[in-house]
Amino acid sequence: MNFIYERFLGGKNGAIGIAILALLILIVLPLALDLFRLNLVGKYLTYAFAAVSLVLLWGYGGILSLGQGIFFGLGGYCMAMFLKLEASDPETTKIQSTPGIPDFMDWNQLTELPWFWVPFESFGFTVLAVLLVPTIFAFIIGFSMFKRRVGGVYFAIITQIIALILTVLIVGQQGYTGGINGITDLKTIHGWDIRDDSSKYILYFVNAFLLLGVIFVCRYILTSKFGRLLLAMKDKEDRVRFSGYDVSNFKIFVFCISAMISAIGGAMFTLQVGFMSPSFVGIVPSIEMVIFAAVGGRMSLIGVVYGTLLVNFGKTIFSETFPELWLYLMGALFIGVVMYFPNGLAGIWEKHGYRLVGCVKNLQCVSNIKAMIVSKRATKLVSESASGE
Amino acid sequence: MTNTDFTLAIEDLTVSFDGFKAVDSLNLYVDKDELRVVIGPNGAGKTTVLDLICGKTKSTSGTIKFQNHELTELAEHEIVQAGVGRKFQTPSIYENLSVYENLEISYPKGRGVFGSLTFKNTEEVDARIREVADEIFLKEFLDMESALLSHGQKQWLEIGMLLIQDPQLLMLDEPVAGMSVKERELTAELLNRICVGRSVLVIEHDMDFVEKIAHKVTVLHQGRILAEGDMQSVQNNPEVIEVYLGH
Repeated sequence: MNFIYERFLGGKNGAIGIAILALLILIVLPLALDLFRLNLVGKYLTYAFAAVSLVLLWGYGGILSLGQGIFFGLGGYCMAMFLKLEASDPETTKIQSTPGIPDFMDWNQLTELPWFWVPFESFGFTVLAVLLVPTIFAFIIGFSMFKRRVGGVYFAIITQIIALILTVLIVGQQGYTGGINGITDLKTIHGWDIRDDSSKYILYFVNAFLLLGVIFVCRYILTSKFGRLLLAMKDKEDRVRFSGYDVSNFKIFVFCISAMISAIGGAMFTLQVGFMSPSFVGIVPSIEMVIFAAVGGRMSLIGVVYGTLLVNFGKTIFSETFPELWLYLMGALFIGVVMYFPNGLAGIWEKHGYRLVGCVKNLQCVSNIKAMIVSKRATKLVSESASGE
Repeated sequence: MTNTDFTLAIEDLTVSFDGFKAVDSLNLYVDKDELRVVIGPNGAGKTTVLDLICGKTKSTSGTIKFQNHELTELAEHEIVQAGVGRKFQTPSIYENLSVYENLEISYPKGRGVFGSLTFKNTEEVDARIREVADEIFLKEFLDMESALLSHGQKQWLEIGMLLIQDPQLLMLDEPVAGMSVKERELTAELLNRICVGRSVLVIEHDMDFVEKIAHKVTVLHQGRILAEGDMQSVQNNPEVIEVYLGH
């Protein structure tokens, strides 16, 4: 019991943080928001998976990946392929020249399902693929880079380029991937309609619980010796290496885990939003994910969730009123955070939060004192009026 | 090369950087229970020799045998796991972790990815950490963030991080740099204590300190050995006086 408390929740402060976050996303938001807005929050929370993965990779490991969109996208695409196949049964696609294959394939003169689409007819395989395809891809990237001791800025640039290449590939291979439009018109899982109001609620909660679960697992990893080694590597990589650790293995592992976490977010995105497109794979979304993590505080698993929510609400509000200004504002926000609040919202909270707590306590004191004074006056008045009679 | 009784046997070791031979056909043998000090002017190749032994730099030719294992073909972490520990010139500790955590991370268990995820701090580990902390004079500082230690204490901590791995060959690059007189005395005592049961290789400039600890001294100059022997003979060697010790 104590073990769970310390390792998964992160002691008292961590447990309180998790409890407040759980309260917010499981109870407050679903009660306070209408379904449309709640669905938006659900979408934002899928980005939070990527932000949480960056806490491990960037915050603790010191490895800046500008390509988390790759894994978010791969997870999302795997899920979308399953949904698309189910939505393309021969009955609904009978007007196509080849019924039974996804519509965009038909438009691109494909006459049969490509081999790598076939296994996605199984939901079990799809779930495995969501978890494993991005992880294996991350392993290949990580193995080839970290074993050669590529790191720092070079690693960041290479991940960004891979994100770009993947986007170009997806857009270019329209017949296999749906091209620039992505995979759209997704409907059901084994007949269960994901567009229903009730399904939207269910998917929101599945997503929220998965996010909390991921935070627990990350907390466990970060409170283990592995977590301390990540910090040690960020500080003195050579000292870790010359203490008998194969540093590259640790980097590959944390990169793979971060890829898997982002992919879960991507798959939940597809389910909640109902489509997947290359615009969630490329450079811009990847950098946005880094900004979410930076704003929330890259050392804080819980902070980044708030960071993601805040930046995205800001984005929604601002891009409705000043769409052309949003990108500049986002850039300014990132620069501002890096320069003045390197630990983001979580850092501000740790530094000034106790004052807020103190204030609340003070307010209570003040109101208590006021109440006392009022009651004393009242008794005085009562006694005076009594004696006056 | 045939097998030897030496803990460390370096033969014909050469490393050349773009034609410049930083270490040139070096032969060096270190015994068990021996504390060897390597001295020499700047650029003599002292640190490069340590880099070659611990795998940080790859040799151009020659062999390094440690307990009859060839080290030149191993990766850095494998060399450490074979029993070679190395302290860097500037104290290299994890500043944002406590003294205790620094030692805990260096404890030679849970060195793989999955091992580190399931690593548990047992009583045995805890006892060993406290034992080493006592040995390096940091018993009272276990909970302190290591960034707050004095320069000398950081040097000790790094030595402790090596000791906890119980290496058979311990290499220390300028262990008393930046230490006070008192700290130097304690360090000399520490080194004399820990060279029992293993070999220690020290690079040092402070001749008073060298005199206190050295069993044998090797003088390097331009990548080659200029002289080797006990302190007395080295100090009286005219060549050594010429290039290093001064008149």
